[in-house]
Amino acid sequence: MKKTFDNKAWFLVLPVFLMVLFNSLIPLMTVVNYSVQETFGNNEFFWSGTRWFEQVLHDRQFHESLMRQIIFTGLVLLIQIPLGLAIALCMPRKGPWVSVCLVLIALPLLVPWNVVGSMWNIMALPDIGLLGKAINGLGISFNYTRQPLAAWFTVVLMDVWHWTSLVVLLCYAGLVSIPDAYYQAAQVDGASRWSVFRYIQLPKLKHVLTIAILLRFMDSFMIYTEVIVLTGGGPGSTTKFLSIDLVQKALGGFDLGPAAAFSIVYFLIILFLSWLFYTLMMRGEAK
Amino acid sequence: MSLELRNVTKRVGADTYIYETNLVLADGSLNVLLGPTLAGKTTLMQLMAGLEKPTTGEVWFRGKNVTGVPVQKRNVSMVYQQFINYPNFSVRENIAAPLRVARMNEAEIDRRVMQAAEILRLTPMLDRRPSQLSGGQQQRTAIARAIVKDSDIILFDEPLANLDYKLREELRDELPKLFAQRNCIVVYATTEPAEALLFGGNTATLHEGRITQFCPTARGYRRPKDIVSARVFSDPPINTHAAVKVNGELTLVDGPQWSLGDGARDVPDGNYTIAIRPHHVTMKPVAANSATIEGRVLITELSGSESVIHFKVGNETWVSQSHGIHPVEVGAQARLHVDTDQILYYGPSEELVG
Repeated sequence: MKKTFDNKAWFLVLPVFLMVLFNSLIPLMTVVNYSVQETFGNNEFFWSGTRWFEQVLHDRQFHESLMRQIIFTGLVLLIQIPLGLAIALCMPRKGPWVSVCLVLIALPLLVPWNVVGSMWNIMALPDIGLLGKAINGLGISFNYTRQPLAAWFTVVLMDVWHWTSLVVLLCYAGLVSIPDAYYQAAQVDGASRWSVFRYIQLPKLKHVLTIAILLRFMDSFMIYTEVIVLTGGGPGSTTKFLSIDLVQKALGGFDLGPAAAFSIVYFLIILFLSWLFYTLMMRGEAK
Repeated sequence: MSLELRNVTKRVGADTYIYETNLVLADGSLNVLLGPTLAGKTTLMQLMAGLEKPTTGEVWFRGKNVTGVPVQKRNVSMVYQQFINYPNFSVRENIAAPLRVARMNEAEIDRRVMQAAEILRLTPMLDRRPSQLSGGQQQRTAIARAIVKDSDIILFDEPLANLDYKLREELRDELPKLFAQRNCIVVYATTEPAEALLFGGNTATLHEGRITQFCPTARGYRRPKDIVSARVFSDPPINTHAAVKVNGELTLVDGPQWSLGDGARDVPDGNYTIAIRPHHVTMKPVAANSATIEGRVLITELSGSESVIHFKVGNETWVSQSHGIHPVEVGAQARLHVDTDQILYYGPSEELVG
């Protein structure tokens, strides 16, 4: 039998290819372009090699915001993952309360990011905000526009409020998918509540938790809107995370070259850490 | 010395899962719970194990009332339809788990694990994880975990249902040997009459939350005490038909008239629902007292060694099961032979008359 070749199939892939081209490849190449050249406008470019990269990597400001970013993401993960898991474990599996709980839990996820920022901004105001006033009322001096610690507390609390729900929903979905027979079998064996968690629920949730941690890591590492609305990176630059630093460089300073190099470094850090984490988690999985 | 259910019922909300049930399972006995899905097999097992509390009634074990005693405090093990193992334990640790909970010493644990692994042919896989095993091996691990501690009761809840054909046959052959060696009460739930017959022991046929019959398996198969039990204990489904018996003649409603042999001598004249198993309705006459029945063929299924033909007689669908391959056209009129000595006669309240 003779095979017939028909290349028309390529045209079917074309729309997707064009879309990826315009919203990923071309913008990324523009950034790469800026990162290795110098421009003074008029569409004139001069080759500058790795100069911008060296400048960024030796920049003290970059080091500081990277450090702040790592601490922030670490804190957020340390709080949100155990808290999300704990809430998911407490939620009912059956009955009329399931949908009520799910809706309540999902609510924070539906609030636009800048609204979250403004909400907490107002809420944490020391004179009229519910939270700020309450803390001051307890005799603790609290002013997030002046005290770095108060600013950090508010930013972390805001992120926990906004995103723990995502962890809860993921964990809950994972928990619901464990067949009842597992719990019964453990009961028959005489396993304690802790053993059930440690040897059945946790192993069964491994994949879901990996995804939850990855999502929360990537998202929190790129946090911008909520913080810029809440503190604007202040007081001073104590809550200036990587993305805020980047925007200030690119838009404020119009240092397009260094900003482009910064972007690429930023992207590579996220890519590398995600890869590292995923590989570690999936190590020893069945081939 | 046994497990007893005394007037046990189980209701959840408005639904009744188990209607009032009395059952005595002797020590060292093998008991099969046979019934279709949702008949209440699992609920009944959970009541026996203590995973569920009866709504009313009592559970007694070896002369003690154990109603409401939680499963942890009873010496029970259970095997499920799904392959339930601790996902990040090796096979060895999985089998050892119940012994560790019981705080047995290390040497004894080791000895018992090796023994259980030997019986279930898991010795080469002891260091693997469940995810690295085939379905059959995973279920063997679960069975090993159930037999490793000397339980008073071992409950099997359709353990072979999720296995493919070949593995199911293999385990089906091994399980009865395994049961024979233990001095505990074994309860085995299944939807398949063939499994009940293979295992022997006693069989309880279940239908919609009621035990319809409980007796030695062979007797339950030969003489189901009512039509419901007969239906539960027959695959392919048993044939039933309304009929009138007068002077050694049996007339089926909208069907043929048969002269009966000596087999039905003791059955008084009257109106009956007759029941006859598919393998007593065959393409060729095989019995001494044989009669014929005709019907339009609806479905035919041929396997290597037998032919199953569904055909219509009056308003009833009949099934015939014969040895060998007998091709028949769907829609054609078929003529089949019934072994009239094997007919079961059920009276007006569906009880067995003869």
